[in-house]
Amino acid sequence: MREKPEGLLKWAHAFSAFMNAGDERLDNDLVFSQVRDADQDVYEADSYEQEWAEHEQEEKQEVIERLERWRALKGYRAARRAYALLCVTICMIMIVVLLYTVGSLPAYGDPNHPINNEVSARYIEKGLQETGAVNIVTGMILDYRAFDTLGESTVLFTGAMVVLFLLRADAQSHKYSALAQTMKDSPHSETFYEPHRDVILQKTAMILVPVVLIFGVYVVLNGHLSPGGGFSGGAIMGAGLMLYVTAFGFASIRRFFTYKTYQFVVLIALLTYAMSKCYSFYTGANHIESIIPLGTPGAILSSGLILVLNICVGFVVTCTMYAFYAMFRKGEM
Amino acid sequence: MTAIVVLMLLFLIVCAVAVCLTRDLLTSVVIYMSFSLIMSVVWITLESPDLAITEAAVGAGITSLLFFLTLKKIHAIDARNEVRRRHAQQKQDKGGASGNA
Repeated sequence: MREKPEGLLKWAHAFSAFMNAGDERLDNDLVFSQVRDADQDVYEADSYEQEWAEHEQEEKQEVIERLERWRALKGYRAARRAYALLCVTICMIMIVVLLYTVGSLPAYGDPNHPINNEVSARYIEKGLQETGAVNIVTGMILDYRAFDTLGESTVLFTGAMVVLFLLRADAQSHKYSALAQTMKDSPHSETFYEPHRDVILQKTAMILVPVVLIFGVYVVLNGHLSPGGGFSGGAIMGAGLMLYVTAFGFASIRRFFTYKTYQFVVLIALLTYAMSKCYSFYTGANHIESIIPLGTPGAILSSGLILVLNICVGFVVTCTMYAFYAMFRKGEM
Repeated sequence: MTAIVVLMLLFLIVCAVAVCLTRDLLTSVVIYMSFSLIMSVVWITLESPDLAITEAAVGAGITSLLFFLTLKKIHAIDARNEVRRRHAQQKQDKGGASGNA
């Protein structure tokens, strides 16, 4: 009976050492070096490799013990058989159903395909005339099915909000630990969660970031003329911002993009989207002529509200992608 | 053309299986990235350039980046290497101390 608590204690010790090691791994700056110096005597005696191997061994032993205890139980064999049988059966059923479905699908490009009905015929025949967009996909997404796209933007925005709620490090909160507070107050907090200034990355980013951002703007603005649109262009611009942050740090990007900017841009973009869609739904549903001209197809200033909607979606997606990155990286913008 | 498409579809299957079978999380994220890249080329051959752009930007770029950040946050990338590094550093420190003495 005496051995068991001792074993547990040993395991707990190994575990706490492991956890401390995990804490110490954060030390990519000087903030923790003092803590590490203080802890040095604790670690000095042990060899880390040995400690790690010991910990792994303990963990394995624990698992094996638990497995052996479980094997000693009566239901073990039956449960294992049932589990294996269930796994194989479900997998086989899924494979058969999926293969059967794929086999009974019409061939790719078949003219008698059920999706080639009057809806797509109407989109193809009258799409250019009704929406003014040369890129028929954008015409569909942002005109005929703009309501769906509004929902998609809102889903993305809601996702960003949830990430904000969950990951935002709020210094005012009581749950915010003292350690995090010291990290925030320390002079090195700007670089704590960021990579060391890498010359190769910075030089590459200096060339790449403007190109990426301009390409994103091009994709957004030409959404109604060529492949692309608000979402793709926004994602490209978001990736450009991420590259910028990774190379130059949060302090540089805060010169032009803060949390307030994020709130303002996203709010204005979503409101503009909703209002312009309200207008077109109202006029469309009541058979009122829209006063916004469609312009000549192919020109950059054409296709009525689609350009505005594309720009709005682009802004929302850019800001949201960057917000995801900043929250995951640092917990704040 | 058909041969290239078939080759890419085979790559897709290989990538999908490899993602499941890899034990290292970092490796599986990289394989997932390559899956997205191949998928974006497949979208082009299926004549949907819109989807190809989005797949390349979101699937191969941003999703993988968020995965990398999550792995960094839960210390899944450098747990083993960090222990090795500290061990080597300590060895060096000890060696330096004895050399001085």
